[in-house]
Amino acid sequence: MNKLRNITKKQLFLPIISMILVMLINVLFDIIDGNAAFDFFAISMKNGVLYGRIVDILNRGSEIAILALGMTLVVSASAGTDISVGSVMSLAGGMCCMMIAGFGVTSVSTVAELAHPIWFGIVCGILVAILAGAFNGFLVAYMKIQPMVATLILWSAARALALLLCNNMIVYVRMDEFKVFGSFLGPIPTPIIIAAICIAVLAAVLKFTALGTYIQSVGINKRASRIAGFNSANIILMCYTICGLFAGIAGIVNTSRIYSADTNNIGLNLEMDAILAVALGGNSLGGGKFNLAGSIIGAYTIQAITTTLLARGVSTAQAPVFKAIIIILIVVIQAPPVKEFFKKRSARKSAVKEAV
Amino acid sequence: MKNPTLHNMKKPRIGSHTIMLMITIVLFIVLYGAGCVMYANKEFGRLQNFLNVLINNAGLLIAACGITCVMLTGGIDISVGSVVAMTCMFMSVGLAEWGMSSGVLIAMILCIGLVFGAVQGYCIAYLEIQPFIVTMAGLFFARGMTAVISKEQVSVPFDSWFGQLSQIKVEMPFQIGAYLNKKGVLMVPYVRITVVVALVMVLITFLMLRYTKFGRSLYAVGGNQQSAALMGLNVKKTKLLSHVLCSFYATLGGLCFCLNTMCGTPTQATGLEMDAISSAVIGGTLLTGGVGNVIGTLFGVMINGTISSLVKFNGKLVASWANIITAILLCFFILLQAIFAKIKERKK
Amino acid sequence: MKNNAVLEMKGICMTFPGVKALDNVDFTLKKGEIRALMGENGAGKSTLIKCLTGVNKFEAGEIYIDGIEGSVVNRDTLDAQKKGISTVYQEINLCPNLSVAENLFIGREPLTKLGTVNRRKMNAQAAQLMKDLELDIDVTRDLEEYSLAMQQMIAIARAVDMECKVLILDEPTSSLDDNEVEKLFGMMRRLKEQGVGIIFVTHFLEQVYAVCDGITVLRNGQLVGEYDIEELPRVKLVAAMMGKDFDDLAAIKQEEIKDFSGEPLEIDAKGLSHAGTIKPFDLEIHKGEVVGLTGLLGSGRSELARVIYGADRNQSGTLKVDGKERRIKNPIDAMGLGMGFLPDDRKAEGIVGDLSVRENIILAMQAKLGPMKKIPMHVQNEIADKYIELLQIKTASRETLIKQLSGGNQQKVILARWLATDPDFLILDEPTRGIDVGTKTEIQKLVVQLAQEGKSLIFISSEIEEMLRVCNKMAVLRDGAKVGEISGNMTQESVLSAIAGGDRNE
Repeated sequence: MNKLRNITKKQLFLPIISMILVMLINVLFDIIDGNAAFDFFAISMKNGVLYGRIVDILNRGSEIAILALGMTLVVSASAGTDISVGSVMSLAGGMCCMMIAGFGVTSVSTVAELAHPIWFGIVCGILVAILAGAFNGFLVAYMKIQPMVATLILWSAARALALLLCNNMIVYVRMDEFKVFGSFLGPIPTPIIIAAICIAVLAAVLKFTALGTYIQSVGINKRASRIAGFNSANIILMCYTICGLFAGIAGIVNTSRIYSADTNNIGLNLEMDAILAVALGGNSLGGGKFNLAGSIIGAYTIQAITTTLLARGVSTAQAPVFKAIIIILIVVIQAPPVKEFFKKRSARKSAVKEAV
Repeated sequence: MKNPTLHNMKKPRIGSHTIMLMITIVLFIVLYGAGCVMYANKEFGRLQNFLNVLINNAGLLIAACGITCVMLTGGIDISVGSVVAMTCMFMSVGLAEWGMSSGVLIAMILCIGLVFGAVQGYCIAYLEIQPFIVTMAGLFFARGMTAVISKEQVSVPFDSWFGQLSQIKVEMPFQIGAYLNKKGVLMVPYVRITVVVALVMVLITFLMLRYTKFGRSLYAVGGNQQSAALMGLNVKKTKLLSHVLCSFYATLGGLCFCLNTMCGTPTQATGLEMDAISSAVIGGTLLTGGVGNVIGTLFGVMINGTISSLVKFNGKLVASWANIITAILLCFFILLQAIFAKIKERKK
Repeated sequence: MKNNAVLEMKGICMTFPGVKALDNVDFTLKKGEIRALMGENGAGKSTLIKCLTGVNKFEAGEIYIDGIEGSVVNRDTLDAQKKGISTVYQEINLCPNLSVAENLFIGREPLTKLGTVNRRKMNAQAAQLMKDLELDIDVTRDLEEYSLAMQQMIAIARAVDMECKVLILDEPTSSLDDNEVEKLFGMMRRLKEQGVGIIFVTHFLEQVYAVCDGITVLRNGQLVGEYDIEELPRVKLVAAMMGKDFDDLAAIKQEEIKDFSGEPLEIDAKGLSHAGTIKPFDLEIHKGEVVGLTGLLGSGRSELARVIYGADRNQSGTLKVDGKERRIKNPIDAMGLGMGFLPDDRKAEGIVGDLSVRENIILAMQAKLGPMKKIPMHVQNEIADKYIELLQIKTASRETLIKQLSGGNQQKVILARWLATDPDFLILDEPTRGIDVGTKTEIQKLVVQLAQEGKSLIFISSEIEEMLRVCNKMAVLRDGAKVGEISGNMTQESVLSAIAGGDRNE
């Protein structure tokens, strides 16, 4: 009994359990539909690339996972979320395609048509995303504006700006060199590789530098951190900038997937998925301690949920209903009065037991 | 100067709120004036164009009034845009596909608003969850529900009682601003019924905020939550009610919005919450709560409307310019607030 | 109830986990009396008031209020207000964005027949109230347009208008200037004439003697005594507050009075100040010297230390560290110059609750190194183990979260954090508060030992005994200013009278 309770207290309990739950539901559906029971886990090679639902989830979930990395840091350091990441993705994608194709051009398909080399476009896209992140960070860290109000500005403006960059059109870059970031590298989907690299780099940075301690310390107790010699404003600024960087990378991946800057739809509603991933990862949205692994598992769980919903005939536009319900449930469980209530109840229960 | 105490009274001082409201009003006049000069040939300055700004933004105005109430308590609600969309879709589908009567639908929709607000308000006030997170979930829930009701665009049938409302023209009394058009027909400027509803709501909200206990408690909670509690106000209840009010206003605004567009689409009114929030902020409502009123919000909405109108009149500019300018204005006013707050801090 | 008493509290007991906050405390307040409630940090002043106003639930004891049958237990502050007990805090509990009249009447506004707020009537009533209290205030203006003192008085006016019998003023004068304080006193005297009993909590001795009729002194959760103002001159009051009883500690007697004037200066501050907290002061600290900052709570002893460390940025003056003039904008600057600072508010400024003991210990060291040079894990472990051993920190493991430790052990962890940075100059603000006797002695020994190694220290404590034991020199503070230094042969009496200052009431 005690052991069980200890396990449930572990931070990774929530994300892993929900992941398993989603898998079980899939298995159940497969059985009902008369498919092979473990069809969900099957991986095969088709046309020289990996194929299977797990692969699909890992592939499609890459953007959320990348976003969740930055979001985790932001939540930890500033106890607020960056709701502009979806729009910033769109901005990065728009900037990238515009740079490659040239302003006002709707489609390029040969090297001769390029206004700038592809790498240049990608760098520009990521740079503008970093800039957007820094702008958010400046407002939060130095102007002391609530994180979500501050990021609300870009939430609206970044997408509008992206539309502007693309001259209100969808800009296509039909070139394999560009498509590769959203398709396959050898047999493996490239987004998975990119997400893996992002995760590895951030994990390494957190492991080999003291940034993790810095961020958590600022998130837990700003005043004590200041007395101990940390500059909380700089740290918060850095977190938002990193969040922008990851939003940029995610934006490029997403753009490359559809080899076009469909600015109205790139990253649409993805900020919610990212926040949900962080919350599902067992991280408190109130800031402080964070667990990157939790967020990553959370991200893929979200994607698994989305994929399952889509497979069951729920449209992309309708899926937010379910996610909204999940996010509310998670934050309600985390809410202090609710925690207090359960604590009291279990205390009462154990008191009764002792009396007996 | 009969009252002796008047001699010792402090000199009248212009507070930062007054300055902000002045900036807003001046900004509106400048924007509108610039429009009149730039597009004189397109008759931007005509009264009807001014009224059109009101007609196009009646729904926004009502929603912005609701958001002002929430922001006065120091909270925020970003779900209003989606609620407006859900309302439009519900109305359109209800009339066109379910064959329900207009009255029943309107009553249902307003009830949905109340319940929606109550759930959000409960999570925020009693479960102490950040308003942003709750209303963001609300935003996605309502947006998703819009798509659940119908994935396609649905038009409001004109033959319904509700559809008829959209046809009513309320002409200006005494033919103010009337003119002869090219064919020599006398054109009397008019507004739609939605504008009347919106202006009545502004008036009601204004009076409520100023003259009722509830209205004053909104200000008190926003001014200093702890003090408000110590002075015997029920802070949680006030917060809950402010969210109920906001979602109710959003559904009412949604009905007006629907009368203007006469259809429901899953992507309708995206970013309307942004316009509503920026209207309130531009109108002088502090993000930290406690300061602001709906008259300022009215000007904020008019500024927003004028910007879109200007972009439209230009004809060459991409529509998203309006969003960008609004965002820049919002950013400017937020920074202004932050600076004023810093100055105040330093004085202490 | 005693004759013409308006409030009587008998045998109030209250425990916080592990601490007896109030132990059988009595308190009596007469009609038309202004009574000072005095005591140092942790004496139980605020706990007692919170028990009275219903914020804290006390375990034993009774409260009697004039005009109410039987003993009273207040559920919350509102309940207390209804029974005639109003509190005005230092932090003004009004809404700055509302008009003065609204602040006076919110929650009980006069209504029109329609049920709306009758603003005209409200303003008229408010104006009348202001007139009655001889306050020159335009009630239609926003509260924030008035000075803090005026706001304070408006808060009092609200309390008084709600039929209050007992008015609690909780450090109302901390942010007021002399002129404003005088106005406040005028108002207090007027209320006194109207028969209101006033409990005045303050740490300004001058003010106590200026306005109060009686003094109740608490110490360590116990009642020291209830006195009339005449029978308790300043020095005796300070002695009562600080406690003269000798603790049963191992004596660390300083062998001889050392002369530090020959040693080089570590800290040389000239005219440092911070608006509102500490007036310009000079302070010299030699290498190897332990300087005590003494004075009552709120005298500016913590604030002085904070300005040197850069926790509050200094607004005037110059600071020389190790002979060179330096500008300290932030704590990290001070740390770069070899300083360390153990703040008195352990929870708010000391511990980082959700981090482990190990992380808390290496925090400052890591901050000095910067984010890129992470201290290798095995070194972190070594350091943590070393200090857990050295300071005998009682913790399940070095990975235990610091918030799960007892207060004393948390304090040791913070101390370890600074020792780990090997500072040249260490500021310890109340390092022994809430710590058991044995540990206290260890910390005192450690301080002496650090000084012998040539480090300079500032030591702040409410316990004079302790200060005498470790300090070579003491700077005395009163009302936010440094008023003198004592060195050489320091005795309890000399320190107490220096803290009390003035001889008007002796």
